[in-house]
Amino acid sequence: MKTVFSRMAIATSFVCATLVYAGRAQAEDFFTYASGKLLLTGGVSQVEGAAGGGLTPWAVIGSYGSRDQTGANAYYTTIGTQDYKITSYGALIGIHDRVELSYARQDFDTQQVGAALGLGAGYTISQDTIGVKVKLTGDAVLEQDSWLPQIALGAQFKSNKNGNLVKALGARDDQSTDYYISATKLLLAQGVLVNGTLRATKANQFGILGYGGQDNTYHLQAEGSVAYLVNRHLAVGAEFRTKPDNLGVAKEGAAVDIFAAYALNKHLSLTLAYADLGNIVTRRQSGLYVSLQGGF
Amino acid sequence: MKSVSLGVMAGMLLFCSVPAFAQTHPASAPSAATAPVISSDGKLYADFGGHDGLVALMDDFMVILLADPRTKDFFVAVDQTRVKVELVSQFCQILGGGCTYTGKDMKTVHAKLGVHQADFLALVEDLQIAMDRKHIPFRAQNQLLAALAPQHRDVVTEP
Repeated sequence: MKTVFSRMAIATSFVCATLVYAGRAQAEDFFTYASGKLLLTGGVSQVEGAAGGGLTPWAVIGSYGSRDQTGANAYYTTIGTQDYKITSYGALIGIHDRVELSYARQDFDTQQVGAALGLGAGYTISQDTIGVKVKLTGDAVLEQDSWLPQIALGAQFKSNKNGNLVKALGARDDQSTDYYISATKLLLAQGVLVNGTLRATKANQFGILGYGGQDNTYHLQAEGSVAYLVNRHLAVGAEFRTKPDNLGVAKEGAAVDIFAAYALNKHLSLTLAYADLGNIVTRRQSGLYVSLQGGF
Repeated sequence: MKSVSLGVMAGMLLFCSVPAFAQTHPASAPSAATAPVISSDGKLYADFGGHDGLVALMDDFMVILLADPRTKDFFVAVDQTRVKVELVSQFCQILGGGCTYTGKDMKTVHAKLGVHQADFLALVEDLQIAMDRKHIPFRAQNQLLAALAPQHRDVVTEP
């Protein structure tokens, strides 16, 4: 654990130093911005493609498009754990700071575990997620004289591409939809952002291991994020996401991470995290999470 | 649970189809106080360099606003000296510098300017750049911005 943290600290400082240097080199981020929203206030891309933290969606609408604009971004994320390599990539559009539409692909490379299970080394399970998020009320950033957070409702339509396998492992289905409600508030004077999300889901391990198992009902799961704004470009924070434990073959637990998100400008941001995804089939999985996002 | 999901879906469709429904309408929302005093011990005011610091900040801010294609048109034809004086006075009151802002309220001033939310946010961004250049501590910047942010309800008049 200690080495992971120090490795992460080294990686973070290296990348930040590089980005800060690059930022200076382009003569400040003067007028390189296209759209309205303030830096980082659109969140980054969470693992299923919605705008949020790394693990959990926020109530903010992704992209830098403000109320009278439309923006878009794309991301690429990798997480390397003890036994697996997870990549996730996708894109979203934010329409008038009201509606967010997203698509994400997750590839879960089982590496040597695949061989041990007789699937073949590097056997990869994939999931597609189409996301919709609608802002209901509030403004996380501007309504600083009110405690009302920004609230959004979302759905993630998930489709597992390895249905036969996940059903053989005990999942009931290879398609399912998650529903969530998120509340997000930036406490600007304190420089702190807080988010809480409640998710109704049937997904096992985000959906990588299909949907439904011992039962085929929705499970209500809590997720949360807290972030501290270090400066205009850098936020650091932590997240948690509880998951159902519904597949008979292996235990499933909560995922947590600590992260640093650096926005060079409105077009490019980098998120580094140390994520602990809980037990995934074999044992507890943790590792470095790296995510790059570009948009306009 | 199935009916719950259907309810959620129906709710989402409802909000999708009538986005204006849930939106706080600027006209019906309470006006933001133009200059709420957020500090009384003088420390925040000192973080901004007191009166001289605010004057220098506004000089920089106006230069940035006039150079920014997103905000230029709002400021190019106004009495810039007066705007800067009014802003110094307003910021001084907010920061606990002991001034009393005597200018017009924000709603009246911006009533006919046709400000969009993106214009408002562009101005905030330019103010952040100006404050960064003056090396005003990030925490102090955010305390001021938090006091100013609710003004969007009076300043932004376009949907």
